[in-house]
Amino acid sequence: MKIADDQPAGLTALDRPNSYIGRSVPRPNLARLTQGRGQYVSDVVLPRMGHVAFVRSPHAHARIRRIDTEQAKKSPGAIAVVTGAELAKVITPWVGVLTHLKGIKSAPQHAIAVERACWQGEAVCAVVARTRAQAEDACALVEVDYDVLPSVTDAETALDPRTPVIHPELGDNLTFERTLNAGDPDKGFAAADAVVEATFVFGRHTGVTNEPRAIVADWNPGEQRLTVYQGTQAPHMTQNLFAKHLGLAEHQVRVLTKDVGGSFGIKVHIYADEMATVALAKLLKRPVKFVADRLESFVTDIHARDHRVKARIGVKKDGAITAFEIDDLTGIGPYSVYPRTSGIEANQVVNLVGGPYTCPNYRARARVVFQNKNVMCQYRAVGHPIATAVTEGLVELAAVKIGMDPAEIRRRNLLPDDAYPAVSAAGLKFEALSHHASLEKILKMMDYKALRAEQEHLRGRGIHRGIGFASFIEVTNPSAAFYGVGGARISSQDGATLKLDATGAVICQSGVTEQGQGTESVLAQIVATSFGVPIERVRVITGDTDNTPYGGGTWASRAAGIGGEAAWQAGKALRANVLAAAASILQADPSKLDIRGGLVVDADSGRERMGLDEVARVVYFRPDTLPPGFQAEFMTTRHYVPRAFPFAFTNGVQASYLEVDVRTGQIKLLKHWCVEDCGTVINPQLVDEQIRGGIVQGIGGCLFEHCLYDEAGQMLNANMMDYLVPMAAEMPDIEIGHVVTPTKDSELGAKGAGEAGTAGAPGCVMNAINDALRPLGAAPITQMPITPERVMTALGRT
Amino acid sequence: MGERQRDVFIRVNGEEVRERIEARQTLVDFLRDHLGLTGTHIGCEQGVCGACTVLVDGEVVRGCLVLAVQCDGAAVQTIEGISDSGLITDLQEAFHKRNALQCGFCTPGMLIGAQDLLSRGSVPSREAIR
Repeated sequence: MKIADDQPAGLTALDRPNSYIGRSVPRPNLARLTQGRGQYVSDVVLPRMGHVAFVRSPHAHARIRRIDTEQAKKSPGAIAVVTGAELAKVITPWVGVLTHLKGIKSAPQHAIAVERACWQGEAVCAVVARTRAQAEDACALVEVDYDVLPSVTDAETALDPRTPVIHPELGDNLTFERTLNAGDPDKGFAAADAVVEATFVFGRHTGVTNEPRAIVADWNPGEQRLTVYQGTQAPHMTQNLFAKHLGLAEHQVRVLTKDVGGSFGIKVHIYADEMATVALAKLLKRPVKFVADRLESFVTDIHARDHRVKARIGVKKDGAITAFEIDDLTGIGPYSVYPRTSGIEANQVVNLVGGPYTCPNYRARARVVFQNKNVMCQYRAVGHPIATAVTEGLVELAAVKIGMDPAEIRRRNLLPDDAYPAVSAAGLKFEALSHHASLEKILKMMDYKALRAEQEHLRGRGIHRGIGFASFIEVTNPSAAFYGVGGARISSQDGATLKLDATGAVICQSGVTEQGQGTESVLAQIVATSFGVPIERVRVITGDTDNTPYGGGTWASRAAGIGGEAAWQAGKALRANVLAAAASILQADPSKLDIRGGLVVDADSGRERMGLDEVARVVYFRPDTLPPGFQAEFMTTRHYVPRAFPFAFTNGVQASYLEVDVRTGQIKLLKHWCVEDCGTVINPQLVDEQIRGGIVQGIGGCLFEHCLYDEAGQMLNANMMDYLVPMAAEMPDIEIGHVVTPTKDSELGAKGAGEAGTAGAPGCVMNAINDALRPLGAAPITQMPITPERVMTALGRT
Repeated sequence: MGERQRDVFIRVNGEEVRERIEARQTLVDFLRDHLGLTGTHIGCEQGVCGACTVLVDGEVVRGCLVLAVQCDGAAVQTIEGISDSGLITDLQEAFHKRNALQCGFCTPGMLIGAQDLLSRGSVPSREAIR
């Protein structure tokens, strides 16, 4: 780390006077959202705007023989009725593959299905009308003649020779396969005193953003420009994709992202209906709006986590883990999702299993197959909840087998805190992790000994409580290794531009985006600190490809670590430029000046020299008074990308305490703890809320959320009444602790924190349930969601 | 079906609104599409998520489960009206200070629900809130 040379010895660059780093500052942009004055894309209305509704396939797999649009065209308010074949003349299809996922294959996907629909919910025809209701009326009049085809729904049989191949030109239903053999797994298992096997099954679920996906596209033929208002996490990425598939130059497309009503990875992909909407705007030469309704969200927003993992672990009597082995199978729908592919989650599972531990022997196979269900792709904590539940489930089963406490077996196997830099069996490079410090901290927070005593005591009274743990690692701050090297035009670098206005306030334009996690607040805190003004004098602008530096947006826990570092460096650069002007005005040495609290001061004494408003006044309105040859630069831009490590890995541990009602199978979550190490904590409240929100989503996958499909590929519970999301009533109090190991890759030292909660929660709750049920002779439950029915089955009481 | 319209007279945030609307239109669509009151949001469209919560004659109502024509003659309060009147200023400040919202999409509904709970008198327990 380069320590800024304007700081006294012993302090880091972050220790600026009046620093906002590490303070729980309330988010500056929040009041308007509490007043109903947000601007979500679903609120956007433009002159001449039409609304699109889609006719969607009711079948999981069907050939489209004929589409009769005559009656629909006559429907009141109808502007246009457009089929897939007609729209294909405006927008080109895409294939969701990346070169670094060796062998991954997929078929061309169209904005609207042409000839064949491959899942229930795929759009087969679009209707644009004056209102959404009129568009839906007209949709009901579109007659589609289908030939129903056999559907492939079971991932287990997708590769059988007798199973139909969904895309015959690909030869089989295999999207992607990866194998890994590290160390000597056979020797490891042979050396083990015990080998434990289990099959872990994860239910297909989704992100359920309360604001559905929304897009308004406006093609202006006079300007030859497309303006797109989109609820997305990655505006520059979608700008590139719209341009590419509409045959436009990138500068002809502007993507604006205002308030986004939840994202969680659901809004980091490009969807066929969004491509259709921009194409319709271009075709019709007027604005077109699409807002998914809740049914459309369930059958078209990406799903995730539908994995079956056969796994085993070898362990010695002294607790030493000798080998891990997994065989992962996942079905991802009929297309690999564009542009990030649907191979990443399985790839992550292979990467992450066994990741917290020293064991060098690891064998893995992951297969990703096509099926006629909605598409699957990256959702919050991609692969982590699966890999963590498998690893931690195995570790606790192994501990039971050898009669060792689950905390003790971790102590004996977690990577030592002084072993860094380190490389995992799967080849992941760790800069610095703190597994042991985190474990000891959580044991103290939960008063582990007392909790075990309480559990034992209550068991005697017929109350069945369980304690479960999950240690984990998390991929954050990804470099180009994630997508860029595979050919995806998704930026891993990000930028920040700062401008001093004429009153001494700072405008910050950033390439990362805000979807409620507090990105803009964190940026404001960083700029206020590094430049030296009160936070009220920083205004942050994000989500506009015309007016922000080129960047990747907010996903993979990258906003604070990458966008934040760019803002930090931009703040320092602007401070230097403003001090150069102030020094010129004051006839002083710039190195003896600083900016603090919005004032230019003597660096040594802190004595006020002049206000920033006065510096700005002279520079902007009386530059004639400045020395000849001096030119002030009050706009600075800095970019940042992590270079020393492909990812900034974070780590942590979670624990769950719960009670199982053995008469009903109901689970009551009593308490949840998480100790997490995300490096420098910029805003403790926001970090804690990110972790809490992540834990809640992890618990959702573990206990409640499940996209249920029948054998014909029909989703059975595509509404918020039947699809259960975790609610406040079921959630426990969640206590968060931190260990702080800053990354030396940046001056700020911040790693990501957005996904740690989701990564660890399912495995830890699963372990707690099994801990509660074990004395009753129940078989370990390794299938999620863990419903009351599954609990009763495990207890043999169905 | 689409032609069936009716005239309604609704007092919205204290302002008198006379409109001819489709009988099938929900209250939330009427507020958002006719009156531009976009603070009330649509989440699930079946009354379970609460993002569309408004007050009709002082009662908490899901805007997606009520037809606008059913509100003929009623007084409707939305987040915009309740905010401007200052009725929930302290609640809004508490939500802001404690970061009780992330994306904020359903927050107007939570605020109206919380105000309703608090207006029933005593301070509710954590269990009662849940």
